[in-house]
Amino acid sequence: MTGPRRVSRASSKSGRRHGTHGAPVRRTGGSHLIARARRAWDSDLAWSFRQSPVAMLAALLTLLCVGGALFAPWLAPTNPFDSAALNLSDGFTPPAWTEKGQAKYLLGTDDQGRDLLSTILYGARISLAVGVASVLLSMAMGVGLGLVAGYAGGRLDAFIMRVADIQLSFPAILIALLIDGVARIVLPRETHDSIAVYVLIVAIGLSKWVDFARTVRGSTLVERQKEYVQAARVIGRSQASIMFRHVLPNVMGPVLVIATIHLALAIITEATLSFLGVGVPPHQALAGHADPVGNDFMLSGEWWITVFPGAALIVLVLSVNLLGDWLRDALNPRLR
Amino acid sequence: MAAFVLRRLAQAVLVMLAVGLIAFSLFTFVGDPVLFMLGQDATPEDRERVTRLLGLDQPFWVQYANFVARALQGDFGLSLRQVRPVSTLFLERLPATLELSLVAALLALAVGIPMGVYTALRRNTWLAQLFLAVSLIGVSLPTFLIGILLILVFAVLLGWLPSFGRGDTVALGWWSTGLLTASGLKSLILPAITLGLFQMTLIMRLVRSEMLEVLRTDYIRFARARGLSDRSVHFRHALKNTLVPVITIAGLQLGAIIAFAIITETVFQWPGMGLLFIQAVTVADIPVMAAYLCLIALFFVVINLVVDLLYYAVDPRLRFDRAAAAN
Repeated sequence: MTGPRRVSRASSKSGRRHGTHGAPVRRTGGSHLIARARRAWDSDLAWSFRQSPVAMLAALLTLLCVGGALFAPWLAPTNPFDSAALNLSDGFTPPAWTEKGQAKYLLGTDDQGRDLLSTILYGARISLAVGVASVLLSMAMGVGLGLVAGYAGGRLDAFIMRVADIQLSFPAILIALLIDGVARIVLPRETHDSIAVYVLIVAIGLSKWVDFARTVRGSTLVERQKEYVQAARVIGRSQASIMFRHVLPNVMGPVLVIATIHLALAIITEATLSFLGVGVPPHQALAGHADPVGNDFMLSGEWWITVFPGAALIVLVLSVNLLGDWLRDALNPRLR
Repeated sequence: MAAFVLRRLAQAVLVMLAVGLIAFSLFTFVGDPVLFMLGQDATPEDRERVTRLLGLDQPFWVQYANFVARALQGDFGLSLRQVRPVSTLFLERLPATLELSLVAALLALAVGIPMGVYTALRRNTWLAQLFLAVSLIGVSLPTFLIGILLILVFAVLLGWLPSFGRGDTVALGWWSTGLLTASGLKSLILPAITLGLFQMTLIMRLVRSEMLEVLRTDYIRFARARGLSDRSVHFRHALKNTLVPVITIAGLQLGAIIAFAIITETVFQWPGMGLLFIQAVTVADIPVMAAYLCLIALFFVVINLVVDLLYYAVDPRLRFDRAAAAN
């Protein structure tokens, strides 16, 4: 399957590295903290960030989302998962500014009387947690395997990349769906809800390691020819030490870009799987009410139950995507 | 050429065998089919008889060989829930998914390529900037939300188009088509847009970046120096080379569209294979899941193969490289 084919722009550019960012930072002690902060402020990346209003806006929005998710228990007016506090007669309350709205439910309530604003904050918490954890998982897997494949070469390389090629020919969502489906069958039914989040993380993480592996392998092939690797070999460093202490810091630039874009993808995948009914239980998911049941809300006029969580999801994904877009351009030397 | 095709074919067969192994492992290790067929209170003799009948007492590799032999004849057993042959279920639903996917793919190409060319040629116009902004939003919108929003606007608020189902279909032999009736066509519009939108933005961005790259090359500069018109340079020289990677990605995306149809079909309750699969996942109907896996793998392998061959036909450098290597 290793055809003469360009699969993505990102991977074809990944071979070229940006000069300064991979350089190891000298440990200089606490008194130089200010100097280090100044150096960070003066770096190309920070400069390009200050030049881009879109990037700053995206960063602000992302921070808002992350902050809202992190501090949900303190920010949210109610705890939507506390079923004792729910009042069914408050169900289907429209947003506060409409005629029938109540002041204590700013964005209205869902069919069970859960406050939508609280549901969104708690849902964003799960979305972000699943997104970050699954990206970390696929990053660890992909970077590790890519590094080993690129550095060791030979049959191990051929085997890992062949598996990657095969997996790449299936869309990640299908693989995540299969892993999730199998996990559902194998694990006892009672534990589904409590471990759903972990199953999701593993399913999404396993489905997306390939991009990382291909990129890292490409950069590793370039790096291992360089003199600092030979020097490390000459002074008798172990293979593992060369790979992880010397080569790894120099291949991490493109990985950062892929990680950002994949965070957005992972959040979308999490929402989609939950929508399809195989993710976290619907009332916990950020856009969980947008399931086929949500369609009914839509048809019967309770639009807010679908629209607000959906909008929150879009804002979250869009700002992460914008950040990723900016980061890719900022780290791409050809665009300067 | 023959060696190239043969090697690709061998790889394709290997991939199919690997996917078959995964699908077969689903059958063997997930759940107990005997328990499922006989229920809790079957006698040990009955269990043993059924086990032998199903061939479950044979070694793993023999069972796998049997599975492959039956799968080659399209026999994936009975659906555990619907108690009908899995192959019949899929045959019934294949036309719906294929029609939806092809229309979505055509839509993505027909809109995505011109938009990509435009944004590359007129880089700094406000329309090009708008296209780019829209494409970023398109990438950020989950498919199911696009579908739901379309339903809200066009089905609920405006009431122009149906919100679910496939409309009336006409049977052409075993193939049921919705393309020949008015209600079938109307039902197709929203799902096709939903499914095609993501690929459209992808193709647009790809065409744009390829075109920008091609426009920087020397032969374009030379073409301009020869005094060719802009039109001729852009469309006869640049576009041709831009489309080479686009063929590849568009081909590979066709497979992705068929798989992504799962989501669209769920939103619109479109009676296709994706809906069948997602229903099978929620009720643990393993034969259906395994068959879907094999079928999608087959689609992907065939598409990959065709794309590779197309690439070989379109890009003469590959042929020359090989010829040079042979000499």
